[in-house]
Amino acid sequence: MILAWTICLLMGTGLLAWLASRWSDTLPRIISLAGILLFLGIVLYIWFGHPAGGRWIVHYTHSWISAFGIRITLGADGLSLLMLLLTAFLGVLSVLVSWKEIKTRVGFFHFNLLFILAGITGVFVSLDLFLFYFSWEVMLIPMYFLISIWGYENRTYAAGKFFLFTQASGLLMFLSILGLYFVHGRSTGIYTFDYEALKGTLMSRPTAFLLMLGFAAAFLVKLSTVPFHSWLPDAHTQAPTAGSVLLAGLLLKTGAYGLIRFVLPLFPQASHQFAPVAMILGVVSILYGAKLAYAQTDLKRLVAYISVSHMGFILLGIYAFNQIALQGVIMQMVAHAISTGGLFIIVGALHDRIQTREIGQMGGLWTLVPKMGAMGLLFVLASLGLPGLGNFIAEILILTGSFMASRILTILAALGFIAATLYSLRIMQKVFYGTVLKKWAIADFGIREMIVMGSLAIVIIWLGLFPNSILNGTQKMVQGVIEQVTITANMAQNENR
Amino acid sequence: MSELLWLIVALPFAGSLLLAMAGKHLPRLAAAIIGVGSVALSAIVMLILGLDFLHGNPAGVPIHQTLWQWINVSGFSPGIAFHLDSVSLTFVFVITFVGALIHLYAAPFMWKDEGFARFFSYMNLFVGFMLLLVLADNFLLLYLGWEGVGLCSYLLIGFWYKDPANGYAARKAFTVTRVGDTAMVIGLFILFTTYHTLNIQDILVATPHTWAPGSTIATTTAFLLLGGAIGKSAQVPLQTWLPDAMAAPSPVSALIHAATMVTAGVYLIARTHVLFELAPVVQSAVAVIGAVTLIVAGMAAIYQHDIKKVLAYSTISQIGYMFVALGVGAWSAALFHFMIHAFFKSLLFLGAGSVIAVLHDEHNMYKMGGLWKKMPVVFWTFLVGACALSALPLITAGFYSKDEIIWQAYASDKGSITLWLTGLAGAFITALYTFRMVFLTFFGKAKAEPAYRQGMGMTLPLVVLAFLSFVGGFIQLPDNMGHVTLFSHFIQQVLPATTPTGTAVIAGLPSGHAAEWIAQLIAAIVSIAGLTLAYRLYYNKPFPAAEPVRNPIQQFFFKGWDFDLLYDKVIVQPIVFFSRIDKNDVIDQFYTGLASVAGLFNKGLAATQNGKLRWYAMALAIGAVITLTILLST
Repeated sequence: MILAWTICLLMGTGLLAWLASRWSDTLPRIISLAGILLFLGIVLYIWFGHPAGGRWIVHYTHSWISAFGIRITLGADGLSLLMLLLTAFLGVLSVLVSWKEIKTRVGFFHFNLLFILAGITGVFVSLDLFLFYFSWEVMLIPMYFLISIWGYENRTYAAGKFFLFTQASGLLMFLSILGLYFVHGRSTGIYTFDYEALKGTLMSRPTAFLLMLGFAAAFLVKLSTVPFHSWLPDAHTQAPTAGSVLLAGLLLKTGAYGLIRFVLPLFPQASHQFAPVAMILGVVSILYGAKLAYAQTDLKRLVAYISVSHMGFILLGIYAFNQIALQGVIMQMVAHAISTGGLFIIVGALHDRIQTREIGQMGGLWTLVPKMGAMGLLFVLASLGLPGLGNFIAEILILTGSFMASRILTILAALGFIAATLYSLRIMQKVFYGTVLKKWAIADFGIREMIVMGSLAIVIIWLGLFPNSILNGTQKMVQGVIEQVTITANMAQNENR
Repeated sequence: MSELLWLIVALPFAGSLLLAMAGKHLPRLAAAIIGVGSVALSAIVMLILGLDFLHGNPAGVPIHQTLWQWINVSGFSPGIAFHLDSVSLTFVFVITFVGALIHLYAAPFMWKDEGFARFFSYMNLFVGFMLLLVLADNFLLLYLGWEGVGLCSYLLIGFWYKDPANGYAARKAFTVTRVGDTAMVIGLFILFTTYHTLNIQDILVATPHTWAPGSTIATTTAFLLLGGAIGKSAQVPLQTWLPDAMAAPSPVSALIHAATMVTAGVYLIARTHVLFELAPVVQSAVAVIGAVTLIVAGMAAIYQHDIKKVLAYSTISQIGYMFVALGVGAWSAALFHFMIHAFFKSLLFLGAGSVIAVLHDEHNMYKMGGLWKKMPVVFWTFLVGACALSALPLITAGFYSKDEIIWQAYASDKGSITLWLTGLAGAFITALYTFRMVFLTFFGKAKAEPAYRQGMGMTLPLVVLAFLSFVGGFIQLPDNMGHVTLFSHFIQQVLPATTPTGTAVIAGLPSGHAAEWIAQLIAAIVSIAGLTLAYRLYYNKPFPAAEPVRNPIQQFFFKGWDFDLLYDKVIVQPIVFFSRIDKNDVIDQFYTGLASVAGLFNKGLAATQNGKLRWYAMALAIGAVITLTILLST
């Protein structure tokens, strides 16, 4: 029940914030901040208050459209809770970074922001496939508005592209959901969208593969896997800072979450068939994303391509089918959200101050804004995988795990370390080092911004030094998924003999 | 006592954190006290712990301390844990003790710099990471230190960030070493998949039972680790970053690019010696790389005019000697030379730093000269360092450490005449470029006036290091001269003794003590010959105060054998070209193309809706005809 309430809380806060904008521009900000902080409190309460008991730490089900077997089934395990924690944390930061940046239609902005958060929360806790698809759409539309109303110069194009890619692939997933629904219904006589019930559905191999592809399409597009990545640089670059933070930090992660939660358990056999392709796509994304990042001259676009590269590690890790790699994937989901979020906030702050994102116009900014420079350095180092910071733990776990699955691909992926060095240090060199090209008169980070950056910095270092505090929470879930996938695959192999 | 181990590492980190957070608001003196004090305290703890280790622990039982479980995922469970034995203690001694002296020197040296606190924050961070590297009980923690020191090197090379050239030098250092590091990481993957642990001692114990000597997997793994080692230790072919690293302030060059970080590769190979012994091919490669490097870098050093570049190439060359020693299995000789080299090379760098500073940032030796009267302390200490570097016989520590390597290159079972001759040639070159530097800088006509006299804070470290470069050698004397084995005995608690070859390498040549006497005599003659040649060519000669004119061959050596040019053509330019041509991402252009095709269709179809009744009637008729045809024909 508590999960349903949290979603209602976010939606209610959004409506309230919109209403409040009649009286003041500050009021919606305060209301949103309070609402998300309350949400954060609830998630923390569940995280610390409920020791991992059964399969689901919290579970709730209620009938919705019983004629079609659609129920409101919500559940959270270690992974969902971790993602909710991330959602709440980034939610708070999004409100804070928009405090000065967003000046028009403040109420409607926060309404959209909170509905995105509600949709994402729904995605992370839905255990009914229809509800899952519903939440998937809920997070899409307000994000479209966020980009197209408060974005930068090329926002309409970017928002349209984002919408088309996501919507088209989402429809494929919906077809697959319906397909699964009917296949299961025919063979058992029970027509249901329930995740647990659909898990063991018997179907022929080609059917399973086809249905799996539908899901995978939606998730790979969300994960911005090459060659379905091209919506990402536009959307990330044109979105307002809060939009970029949410896009990179959460929306991309819903793709990874979907693969882990749905594709692997629902189609273990087909996933094994698909694994070589997925792993190759992962490696291609790592290298191609890095290469494109290196070539960019628009700082925000550069950071956006870093995401493409980092999401490649996630794909590689998921399809390695072992616990080490999958724990690394989960770590990467969190660490990338923090590190890229930090970079986007810095880029946004810079753009606010000097009205350009063009690298060629910057240079020597360390002297003017040393705090920003130091923070930039930290997150640049995180994104190049420096040991001691969160991203390193993620990448080393993923590669160690994937090395057991495929040596060649892992070695190629490891070249990503060198590529990451190239594009990351380029940021430092072009933006903060060197001579001052223009006489900017700009202010360094203020208190509000330092609170945001400081909390991100603490988290990324914490993740690097004490990753166990997170990995322990997801251990049970990961073990479950891997066991299920390997057992089913072994059974299928035995049948073949 | 041993539970204090973590303090040695924690103190520099704490200092760094404090300076990073509050450095801006601290007065300079407070920042200096924190920066120097944290490393000095660490050195004191090290001395207490080290004396305890030496006296109370004659068998050399390693001290182990686990702070916390770092990662724990189905068998992948490295901890934040330390392992102290004689090898790591030697490194910890050099890092903290020499480190503290250099920090002390750096406080007055950097006093006027606007980034004073930032400088000490980076320096302390470096010491912390370096200590992690040598104390780590598992490869992942070692890798943390390994990358951490690389980062600090990057930050300090680019410390004066306003000059873009420094930034590029920093970036080059980080990138080139990362190439090696990536090889090393892949090596770690192999180790983990084979042994299901990354604990160094466990792996070293298990390896001989698991991998056959000379097996492919052992060879591959050793080769990958070697990749990491040559990157960090600036050996051919990954040596190109070190000369550029001289953009850093001189104390940084002394600490990072001479005494400690660049010897991390030596540490790694010594630490994992079991692996290298199982891969004879790779171990000989270590010796060959060392031999090639010591000649390549030595030749380059002869033609430099920048005093720091001479020392940079000299460092590369001296680490080459250490690699030769590792390659022939002379483990303790390698570590002995590491320690002695740390003393005299940091001394030389600090001395050079003093000269550069008082001459208003003048690096060109041809614009110096005659300084021996004006800066007597710097001159005499520098001279001690130069003598040690040239390995002048009997009195200098460098003689005992380097002679041991040259001798083992001949006498060890893995040694050969070629390695021995290369070592001798290197010794000649070393003496030549070293005294060229001394003569150009301190003798001849004075071309510039020192701006000021340096204070005690900078003089004291020079004197202490000079003292160590002088007496440090007497803790380990050859078999035929006194036979003192304090150092090798200590190291052999962990690393095996060198196996001598059974017979003389070539029949007819003498062996045993007689051979050793002869070899030492030859080595002594060679280094004195180098000195003499330098005296003939450079003492009191009226060179113009400018960059010397070089012929193409000299230019080739001056440019470090044009490795940079080669890499630029073969690697850098293709990468830049490749990233330029596809900046806008062909895949995206495909989608854009798709969108414009859809747009064309839209236009075409929209054109049919033109409101003309005649047109609609026509379309209706054609449609009807087609439909009828299809219906009738089926």
